[in-house]
Amino acid sequence: MNSTTILEKKNRLSDKVLYALIQLSSFLAIFILFIIIGYILYRGVPAFNFSYLVNTTSIINDTVGILPNIINTVYIVIVTLLVACPIGIGGAIYLNEYTKNKKFVNIISFTTEVLAGIPSIIYGLFGMLFFGSFCGFGFSILTGSLTLAIMILPIISRNTQTALECVPKSYREAALGIGATKWYMIRTVLLPGAIPGILTGVILAMGRIVAESAALLFTAGSVSLLPKNIFSHLLSSGGTLTIQLYLEMAKGNYEVSFVIALVLVVIVLGLNMLAKWISRKFDVNEGNR
Amino acid sequence: MEKQILSVMNHKKTKSLVEKTAAMIFRGCAIVSVIAVISITGYMIISGTPAIFKEGITGILFSTTWAPTAAHPHFGIAYIILTSIVGVFLAIVIGVPIGLFTAINLAEIAPEKIRKVLKSAIELLAGIPSVVYGLLGILIVNPMMYKLELLIYKGSKTHQFTGGANLLSAIIVLAIMILPTLINISETALKAVPDDYRKSSLALGASKIQTIFKVVVPSAKSGIMSAIVLGVGRAIGEAMAILLVAGNAVSLPYPFHSVRFLTTAIVSEMGYASGLHRQVLFTIGLVLFIFIMIINLVLTYILKRGDQDE
Repeated sequence: MNSTTILEKKNRLSDKVLYALIQLSSFLAIFILFIIIGYILYRGVPAFNFSYLVNTTSIINDTVGILPNIINTVYIVIVTLLVACPIGIGGAIYLNEYTKNKKFVNIISFTTEVLAGIPSIIYGLFGMLFFGSFCGFGFSILTGSLTLAIMILPIISRNTQTALECVPKSYREAALGIGATKWYMIRTVLLPGAIPGILTGVILAMGRIVAESAALLFTAGSVSLLPKNIFSHLLSSGGTLTIQLYLEMAKGNYEVSFVIALVLVVIVLGLNMLAKWISRKFDVNEGNR
Repeated sequence: MEKQILSVMNHKKTKSLVEKTAAMIFRGCAIVSVIAVISITGYMIISGTPAIFKEGITGILFSTTWAPTAAHPHFGIAYIILTSIVGVFLAIVIGVPIGLFTAINLAEIAPEKIRKVLKSAIELLAGIPSVVYGLLGILIVNPMMYKLELLIYKGSKTHQFTGGANLLSAIIVLAIMILPTLINISETALKAVPDDYRKSSLALGASKIQTIFKVVVPSAKSGIMSAIVLGVGRAIGEAMAILLVAGNAVSLPYPFHSVRFLTTAIVSEMGYASGLHRQVLFTIGLVLFIFIMIINLVLTYILKRGDQDE
């Protein structure tokens, strides 16, 4: 049948097949997430008991618990952010506000890209050699944190740069125009305006730190003991939740593994929602365009 | 008595000192990433080369016998390198169509509501720790692959059964793990295609699907390419997720063989290795690092060419 009207819609088989594939792929992506979360809940929730969260694994007391790992994780997150935030934010400010040297900016952006692409296992090797052996920190939380600080630097500095770019140029000109010095302008005008965007980056970085394992195995080690002293703990080895999960999994203790997996997923989910809430509340990307 | 002067020039000296210090500190912060890259590169080369000098390039890179703790140790990592290449390639082959189609759905087809659901699902997928992928890999993917293995090699006397911990399982886990990278970057690329292109194509009578595949996707080519390259980088560097899933035995990368990747070779033996064995593990790290650097250079090249096109 040969129709000559353009009003009659042509039915293409290839269109339908491709459309079906597109929908199928999207469905598959959601389905995979559903399986992952569902399986962790299915195995983790029945095994979950609050005593896990407040106990140390000890043969003498016959207790199983992940409290030391939770403390180590929090410890590493805090120390890493304390190191990485000033450097990342400072570097972004320099690139955005100070330098006009295009070549310099290009070099820094390239190295930031490279840092973002280096796999965590390489960071682990580097951290073990440089911070562990060369600097003499050994297997310690400090070694792990410094290693992770380099790893999350790209996340923080990129998010800060985007946030700074979103602050309108007129703010800067107004502040400088009424006689503020550059640093004063950055401190009182730029940073407050860019805070929500910077915060989103910091939260994303937190998620990355919590989820990290390969870079910590040979830097922070895998000891799970309660800290004796808040400050000396910095130089003692401490395994995070992910490391403990790996050890339990290798031993075949799936019950504890799923409890840890549940805790990890809840943390990641919480951070994810927090980042979303902040960017919605402050309209990080849309407000100032 | 000194007179109090009210002037805009007041405290000029301290002010300019503060200004200069601030600029210096920020400059220092910016340089940290350069220093980090240089020292990582330096350390990888310094620690990775001694073993090559001792064993010779052929003894390490092109030899297939891996027996580091034997009386006459052999450190051939050819199979390990091959496994990484084959594994990552197949993970990309599986992951790219799914990722690209999903990105197309996100950027071109899905209504706002579905888009939001899909988008947050992918964000979550990206946030799940790699060890958790590993845990689910050995408990969900491995049993499934074991059933498939039993089905295929039923009655075979020569096949060494892996219990599902084989290359195929590792590829599936890797393909899932790189999905978020592929989807997010391709979506950004598709969205950057100017709307005029779509409108012109539709006005000429092309259907929506034709427009997408013949106009939008080709225009977003360089962005999609960089998504694939980043996906390769993500897959080749992944360690903890596939450590237990892949079975961790050095052998030829056939689908139903237990295999060892570059990353898992380092993780599984670094804990107890010493002497030359340890140096060889650093050489494996160097090989991995070189792969990553090549990927970075390819990426920079693609992005540069994409800029020139515009």
